[in-house]
Amino acid sequence: MKITHARVREAVADLCVRANVVLRPDVTRALRTAQKTERNRRARLLLGQLLENARAAKSDRVAICQDTGLPVVFVGIGPDVDLRGLDLEGAVREGVKRGYRRGCLRDSIVRDPLRRDGGTHFSGCAIHYEMTASKGLSLTVLPKGFGCENKTQLRLFSPTAPREAIEDFIVACVRQAGPDACPPYVVGVGIGGASDTACLLSKQALLRPLTARARTASLRAMVRRVHKRLNATGIGPLGLGGDATALGVNILTHPTHIAGLPVCVNISCHALRSAHVRLT
Amino acid sequence: MSASHRKAVRLSTPLDPVAVARLRCGQEVLLSGDVYTARDQAHRRFADLLKKNRRLPFDIRGQVLYYCGPTRTPPGRVIGACGPTTAGRMDPFMAPLLRQGLRAVIGKGRRSADVRRLLKRHKAVYLLATGGAGALLARHVTRRRPVCFADLGPEAVVRLTVKDFPLLVGIDSRGRDIFT
Repeated sequence: MKITHARVREAVADLCVRANVVLRPDVTRALRTAQKTERNRRARLLLGQLLENARAAKSDRVAICQDTGLPVVFVGIGPDVDLRGLDLEGAVREGVKRGYRRGCLRDSIVRDPLRRDGGTHFSGCAIHYEMTASKGLSLTVLPKGFGCENKTQLRLFSPTAPREAIEDFIVACVRQAGPDACPPYVVGVGIGGASDTACLLSKQALLRPLTARARTASLRAMVRRVHKRLNATGIGPLGLGGDATALGVNILTHPTHIAGLPVCVNISCHALRSAHVRLT
Repeated sequence: MSASHRKAVRLSTPLDPVAVARLRCGQEVLLSGDVYTARDQAHRRFADLLKKNRRLPFDIRGQVLYYCGPTRTPPGRVIGACGPTTAGRMDPFMAPLLRQGLRAVIGKGRRSADVRRLLKRHKAVYLLATGGAGALLARHVTRRRPVCFADLGPEAVVRLTVKDFPLLVGIDSRGRDIFT
């Protein structure tokens, strides 16, 4: 299939606005469930505010959070997609720019990370390309807020490290984030590959529905144990105490080297935002 | 919300030092009046000005700083999303501003032990706004006027007039901290 610059650009622009203004239904559901089961009065009140915030954003066409993030775009290219003559990267960047302008979203990107100046007019998104087996061009926008991105941790474990050590590490990452990155969190974990693979997987884990099942029974058990431990930390909504510390945990794995075991933990605030479309 | 609002303390600016001293850690507050947005780069500039013995671009005595960088304003609205940013990054800048008479700051997350001591010494408070509730908080803003550092874009200092802005007392003027 042939795909045009304008089609990619407009699709990405729409995704930027949708992701930032309409909270993901699985996140909304998780907040609602958390509010129902929460025992702490103030925590219930705060979870209620977050649900009210999602409604206000949608009806006022205002961003869910003022930190509209660093836009991370995942592009999946199917075997039938004909890219000849198309500046795909240019179309994606132009789409982000248009979407962020159209949605009155915040330009939080500085052109130079050291001099901290020269706003980029929204073109500083991060783009990951992947050749996929499924047909069509898949586009996903994840606006990643930096309060929580700053809490990302990568650790290169020894290959003989026990599973408990990895679980302890995930829990420690969340404990260290504490109240600072807007709990209740969604925790994405990437295990395996090289260090960069683990980092990418941990972010892709955030794109999966919160109730998605992990690949194997032992991973599912790991998710359950970690989730339970996180909600027992007592950090709670906004770190002011309560049962709801994690709305969800997702773990993705990849084959790795006999000498290593990279683990990356990427935390998202409760306002986990992403939107996806497949152009066919 | 209604049950909590019944026992919330109403505060208005300019802040009455006695009312501020009466606030207790964990209390719910509804703030009305003016607050000034300022985050990382604005704080750096405040600090540079004070280091050179120059005056701040506005009189900060008795005022409230809000650690916030709003989105741009959608057409027909007063302001875009305007929730708090992480307060801890502003910790190193607190001392000179409190010496100038700053009375309250609004943000989210933990502060250092130094900030607790400073707030106690200057009889000032740290108030918490709900992180990630930017769209809801925008509904409590009735007016927005630029003040200074327009070149900083979303980090410019803007005066917001707020009505019943929902907050919690994070650190009170006795240095008691909700997180510890």
